[in-house]
Amino acid sequence: MGKPSRRQFLKIMGATGAALLAGKKAAVANEGHKINNETIGMLYDATKCVGCKACMSACKRVNGDYGSLSYERAKFDTDGLWDAPEDLSGSTRTLIKLFKQSEQEWSYVKYSCMHCQKPSCVSVCPVAAMTRDPETGIVDYNKNTCIGCRYCQVACAYNIPKFQWDRAIPQIVKCDLCKNTNLPKKGISACAEVCPAGAIMFGKRKDLLEEAEKRLRENPGKYINHIYGANELGGTNHLYLASMQFNKLGLPTLKDEAPAEFSEKIQHTIYKGFIAPVALYSTLCFIALKNMKKHGGEEGGHDTNTDKGGHH
Amino acid sequence: MGHDEYQVHEAKILTPSFIVLLTLTLIGFALIALRFIKGIGAVSNMSDGYPWGIWITYDVATGTAIACGGYAMAILIYIRNRMHYHPMIRSAILTSMFGYGLAGFSVMVDVGRPWNAYNFFVPSKWQVNSAMFEVAVCVMAYTTVLIMEFLPAILTTLEKTEWKTLQHMLDLVYGRLGMERPERIGDRLDKVKELAAWARPRLDKVLIFIIVLGITLPTMHQSSLGSLLLIASTKLHPLWHTGFLPLLFLINCMYIGYSIAILESVLSCYAFKRPFETKELSGLARIIPFLTVIWLCVVIGDLAWRGQLGKALSFDFYSRFFLLEFCLIACGSLLLFSKRKRESVRWLFVSAALIVLGGALYRFNVYLIGFNPGKGWHYFPALAEVMITVGIVAFEILGYQVLVKILPVLPKLHTREQHAAGHPMGEKA
Ligand code: SF4
Ligand code: SF4
Ligand code: SF4
Repeated sequence: MGKPSRRQFLKIMGATGAALLAGKKAAVANEGHKINNETIGMLYDATKCVGCKACMSACKRVNGDYGSLSYERAKFDTDGLWDAPEDLSGSTRTLIKLFKQSEQEWSYVKYSCMHCQKPSCVSVCPVAAMTRDPETGIVDYNKNTCIGCRYCQVACAYNIPKFQWDRAIPQIVKCDLCKNTNLPKKGISACAEVCPAGAIMFGKRKDLLEEAEKRLRENPGKYINHIYGANELGGTNHLYLASMQFNKLGLPTLKDEAPAEFSEKIQHTIYKGFIAPVALYSTLCFIALKNMKKHGGEEGGHDTNTDKGGHH
Repeated sequence: MGHDEYQVHEAKILTPSFIVLLTLTLIGFALIALRFIKGIGAVSNMSDGYPWGIWITYDVATGTAIACGGYAMAILIYIRNRMHYHPMIRSAILTSMFGYGLAGFSVMVDVGRPWNAYNFFVPSKWQVNSAMFEVAVCVMAYTTVLIMEFLPAILTTLEKTEWKTLQHMLDLVYGRLGMERPERIGDRLDKVKELAAWARPRLDKVLIFIIVLGITLPTMHQSSLGSLLLIASTKLHPLWHTGFLPLLFLINCMYIGYSIAILESVLSCYAFKRPFETKELSGLARIIPFLTVIWLCVVIGDLAWRGQLGKALSFDFYSRFFLLEFCLIACGSLLLFSKRKRESVRWLFVSAALIVLGGALYRFNVYLIGFNPGKGWHYFPALAEVMITVGIVAFEILGYQVLVKILPVLPKLHTREQHAAGHPMGEKA
């Protein structure tokens, strides 16, 4: 029985491999990353920001009303009267910080998810709890599928996804561009809606880029001549203009290549169409069966003797 | 019929080490209970900058490599056709089974929303770009495979058992209740025996396909454990961040696997007062330097190619850890090049220990020490966090100790009398 069963087996393995191969061909066509400027995002102009933090409280309010953050309380304040976050956290999706170069030179800066064009968080999430909407470009999180592995946190170069470390039932928290709150109701993100200084512009990425370029052109000397997010890590939908070095404002200096491109390329080379694992398995089976057979007669003392059982 | 290579280790189960291990296990599990009541932050020092702590680094990334003994032995026996190592495979598989099973268990402690883990079985949720997805699915599959590989040991025991202890216990329980033990229980137990006798030869026939699966799966997920950090190009130090991470992790788990097989055999022979398996071990030890030399060449070649050799020799924080890892592995392998040292149990033990330490440090370097999310973030494991890991490891050793005393796992002594002759440990046994 040993022999025919092996042949049958290899045949089956070969067929599976071929099927996987054929099925996969159509699916790999989307290689190579292109920026989509029809998606939506925000342009934050640090030189216009007055640091009133209206955006922060608006963000907390809409997300609280929606229910996703309604239970949040600072530790020292169980009644929920005060909130002065130091950093983004499991209860804060956006934050205004003040950077002081000296007493005369300073700049505000707003932190939140960058809504990457090729997001690392989406690339690594094993259960597709992080997703990027191809139409809007919004990177959203679904707590109902998330397993809480925190790989998205490891992967995000901006350290944006935050985890609720102090809860028995925790979740990941990050800006979702008001996808489920203000945006469907009012067509604009809450932070952009309330900003009294016009520091946050909401709209299509191509319009934001155009506006940013215009501001750079019309005010030479006022800005650092760079639109942060235009190309960083494959481009982001949250764009920045500022009068100070971006890395001083806590926005890291990054390459244009998206890390997800690099890692997916290697992962795909290894697993393309599942050919390598299937080939490996078939080859190993072949070798192992041959070895078993060789030894089956002489020693007859192995609990894995495939040939022996078959003869009876 | 092919199962007489192994024997049950006849010894008391309740030993002092059993009590110590049990205590550690209980502490660990109490802390795990606390984690589920008060959140991960209550027992660990992990943070949004260091979302992966020692649970992932040790229990999963390093623990599964240490549990690669079964994988490494299976390659040797079934692929490289060294059947004379066959008697060593059961204990290697048992350790692997515990290592992987408990890695899976500690993942469930580590992830924040474990009740959503069923999504791994929902095809629409599969995210095949994720190395994590690959690791999770493979590890689950491999744990199942390991259990099936170990099944023959359980089935032979079931076949032969008279259920004396169980019957005794049942009699006691029924006696307390003032009743006779019902007849049908005996029938049921006989049914189990019959079933085991029916299943075992059938399992034997397909077992080789399962064993080969047990070689394929670790090859996949061990390399993917390296792939997990590919994406962290801005956070992982350039000494370790390379496109070769998957390859390095794969070779790394193999030499750790063989070294662990040596350590485990020496330790369990010492603890159970059995003769040392010196001949088999020195054979194993010959393979290790080949693997480590390839590994070291890839590491150096890759550093040179990426122009990072200067960083490796700069003696800063990262460079020191890199050099330590490098030297441990290099020294351990160097010892194994000498035939005389390979034949001494002591040197075998020392060099295998050096290589396991170095190989494990490599994984720590990649997952924790070389990982820097930016200014202001620090991580050092909390005591409770360490105790949970200790508890899980204690449970692992405890399980091994108990199982070899009730199941035929260790190689039979009489087949190896020739090695044992003249050996002081052998005479004692
Ligand atoms: S900034 Fe981070 S969290 Fe936001 S989309 Fe990019 S990778 Fe994801
Ligand atoms: S923590 Fe949740 S969202 Fe983040 S990668 Fe894991 S499963 Fe995905
Ligand atoms: S877009 Fe919405 S969720 Fe995001 S920071 Fe602004 S208000 Fe908050």
